[in-house]
Amino acid sequence: MISIQKEDFDVGNEYKLLKIKAGDAGAIVIFTGLVREIYNLDDQCVEPVKSLYLEHYPGMTEKSLQAIIGKANDKWTLLGTRIIHRIGELKPSDQIVFLGTSSTHRQNAFDAAQFIMDHLKSEAPFWKKQSSKLNSEWVESRVSDTDALDSWRDR
Amino acid sequence: MAIIKIHYFASVRERLNQAEEQLVLPEEVSSIEDLIEHLQIINPSFKSVMDSSKKILVAVNQTVIVDLDYKLSEGDEVAFFPPMTGG
Repeated sequence: MISIQKEDFDVGNEYKLLKIKAGDAGAIVIFTGLVREIYNLDDQCVEPVKSLYLEHYPGMTEKSLQAIIGKANDKWTLLGTRIIHRIGELKPSDQIVFLGTSSTHRQNAFDAAQFIMDHLKSEAPFWKKQSSKLNSEWVESRVSDTDALDSWRDR
Repeated sequence: MAIIKIHYFASVRERLNQAEEQLVLPEEVSSIEDLIEHLQIINPSFKSVMDSSKKILVAVNQTVIVDLDYKLSEGDEVAFFPPMTGG
């Protein structure tokens, strides 16, 4: 299940719901992404982040996340997957993204979680704009993110 | 005469000061490549976005495309945006 929302989420609650959905799962892997205050770009220290604005492409976002979950299901037998991605104005230490994967054995749940996050970073239409006391700037995509995506091609 | 909808997101939206528009395609505009050329002529801000060294992605009907020969048709939804930075 996929949710795009402004509201925060409760990790404990999401875990409980996923556990029910996953039935006889032997493993549930939970990942949460958070807003960082110190954002190092190319090792240059920048001003502490005061706020982060998240924009997305309604419709395409849901479609692309569904496609990523579909690809993960083709590779591994998953018993339930949950993605929540927040949008709008966020502050340092706020939760941005929740991902839960479940499977019979832990390796599949770990691998699927990594696969989904690597694809989400480069294929789901979200954009971050961060503001410090000096300025506001759109975050640029990182080479390490596309490298992470490329690393799945041969696996 | 085909009518399409164009969306602009993130830094592209800000630089154009526009989130979306409807466009009646002139007869000579049939592909995405033609559309980009056309928009560069009618909108200097769009030209400067495309001229900058930043990578711009194109989606048609909510799927990123790499083949700029893609032929446009009535009702297509086209979007221009920078590489994604979610997660």
